[in-house]
Amino acid sequence: MAEAALKQTPVAAMIATLDQPSGGWSDAARKDALARVQSMGLPQRRDEYWKYTRPDTLIQPEALPAALRVSDEVALFDHIDRLKIVFVDGVFDADASDDLTLEGINIERLADASADIHWARDLYGTLETRGQSPVARPLAALNTAFAPDGILIHVTAKVSKPVNFIYRRTSETADAMLHHCIKLEEGAELTLLENGPVAARFNGVLEVEVADNAAFHHVRAQGRDHEQRAATHIFTRLGTESTFKSFTLTANGVMTRNDCVIELTGDDANATVAGACVGDGSDFHHDDTVFVTHDAVNCESRQVFKKVLRNGATGVFQGKILVKAGAQKTDGYQISQSLLLDEDSQFLAKPELEIYADDVACSHGSTSGAIDEDALFYLRSRGVPHGAATDLLTLAFLAEAVTEVEDETLREEITGRLADWLERHAH
Amino acid sequence: MLSIKGLKVKLEDEDKQILKGVDLEIEAGKVHAIMGPNGSGKSTLSYVLSGKDGYEVTGGSATLEGVDLLDMEPEERAAAGLFLAFQYPVEIPGVGNMTFLRTAVNAQRKARGEEEMSAAEFLKVVRARAKELKIDAEMLKRPVNVGFSGGEKKRNEILQMAMLEPKMCILDETDSGLDVDAMKLVAEGVNALRTEGRGFLVITHYQRLLDHIKPDVVHIMADGRIIKTGGPELALEVENNGYADILAEVA
Repeated sequence: MAEAALKQTPVAAMIATLDQPSGGWSDAARKDALARVQSMGLPQRRDEYWKYTRPDTLIQPEALPAALRVSDEVALFDHIDRLKIVFVDGVFDADASDDLTLEGINIERLADASADIHWARDLYGTLETRGQSPVARPLAALNTAFAPDGILIHVTAKVSKPVNFIYRRTSETADAMLHHCIKLEEGAELTLLENGPVAARFNGVLEVEVADNAAFHHVRAQGRDHEQRAATHIFTRLGTESTFKSFTLTANGVMTRNDCVIELTGDDANATVAGACVGDGSDFHHDDTVFVTHDAVNCESRQVFKKVLRNGATGVFQGKILVKAGAQKTDGYQISQSLLLDEDSQFLAKPELEIYADDVACSHGSTSGAIDEDALFYLRSRGVPHGAATDLLTLAFLAEAVTEVEDETLREEITGRLADWLERHAH
Repeated sequence: MLSIKGLKVKLEDEDKQILKGVDLEIEAGKVHAIMGPNGSGKSTLSYVLSGKDGYEVTGGSATLEGVDLLDMEPEERAAAGLFLAFQYPVEIPGVGNMTFLRTAVNAQRKARGEEEMSAAEFLKVVRARAKELKIDAEMLKRPVNVGFSGGEKKRNEILQMAMLEPKMCILDETDSGLDVDAMKLVAEGVNALRTEGRGFLVITHYQRLLDHIKPDVVHIMADGRIIKTGGPELALEVENNGYADILAEVA
């Protein structure tokens, strides 16, 4: 027995701890995903896209415990009129959530949506499967196979207020897996907000189908607990003249890997993925891995990532723009920058462009550097103390990513949160 | 007000002496000008007084109203009433000009134990001061000095001076990169700030700025020392004959 256990592969060991939900419309997708993850195996250090991020703590069968943080901080988005959907330890909490009815939108719980014919049947696992090529993302396939809960949103019109997924956690050890699917029909619009710590270890998948002329805005804040680990994936496909905008704020968290896979399949579509991350301490590791595929004419994509790293923190950016043959007039932009506040911190970047069309404009840039000494002196010479001047310049550095959030109120909330973080982690 | 005695300064990383014993007394209400050829140490003097890194004081002293400047951090010198208008104002992307001004004003007030200015009061004052300097609302909203023309940058320096109300203002080559109209506008801004309690040190290559900001005293600096001091007529002498005559005369 012991010998057999030793020979168990990581994926088998992980699967042995999980229960596969069955009996619903998602059965076929789950079975397919299980077969795929079994053949792929879990991520390993030798995999090209896991070179800079150790997958160990994300693939071991049991999550490492993460202490619960006590805070009297007002939750982000608290004074914004929104429809709240609350999860506690990765499980939907109907009592804590708002009534799920809202005009132009149909919200269901993944665990409840058992009707035989269901719109999500065509979406659940579909974009995730497409996102497995050319780069395998086994943790996402694992999620499709096993995610016990999540939210399915069908949007048919412009929704009057944002939907907010609020995560709370009460367990130091809980593992959580959530799979959300959002389908925006032609001309529909939705803003999705996400915030709060999900679990000691979180595996998340968000699949978003954006039909022609539809618009999806996404703002999330993650990693409030310092020891928390997360592997999240966003898969999206965009139709003609549609818009997708996603922004992630990451503060704290010990290991965060955010994958974002974007496919522009309709002409004149527009996709933006941005992130601002602040990391303090040698156990902080944050990885943004983005893959944008242009497969239509005259589309624009932007990747804007800014990281502030100090006291030995590590940041990773792996971003790719793939322009397929025929995707003429593509405008692809990618920038990843880090501000290293000391010599122990590091930023590892791998920007990639792969272009098969001849009439495109693609640019990318990646920098890492310290605070601008001239700017610092200028501020100090006007009476701004060293610490406050550093914070001001740090916020200014992050602003380029935060600017990608279209809504001004949300932008101010994010900036305020970053300023608070800088103040708490005083020099 | 500003009292500099035997100030000697070298570069921190190099064995190069820049200031070789500068003596200068500036009284409240007076405008002193320092002129001199390139490399004479004029800008170094302004940087050392405001606390920029990279210089080492090897002798002498500098005090503002009896308080030792050289011992203080740059922000403490500012709060004590010293202001340097930069030759090359620094661009700070991502920091709005308004935010910058308000942060600076309130940081100084806080350091002096004064009450901070409310947002409304600040807005009122800044708008009035900006109008005098022909700085429009758009410029106040933009990031500090980013995309500003040479003239706009210098006007922005004077606006900061007007908002911070320092006791001692140092203008480092404020005329560089300005056309005549821009220079007149800047000079008007400076003249409006001339009061009995405030001292000015105007550093310049050329006499023409001094046509607009009339100095009480003119100093000629060369090779790290003040070699000649006189009235406004000294600036005219430089304009007509260059520095060569004065340098030869002193040598």
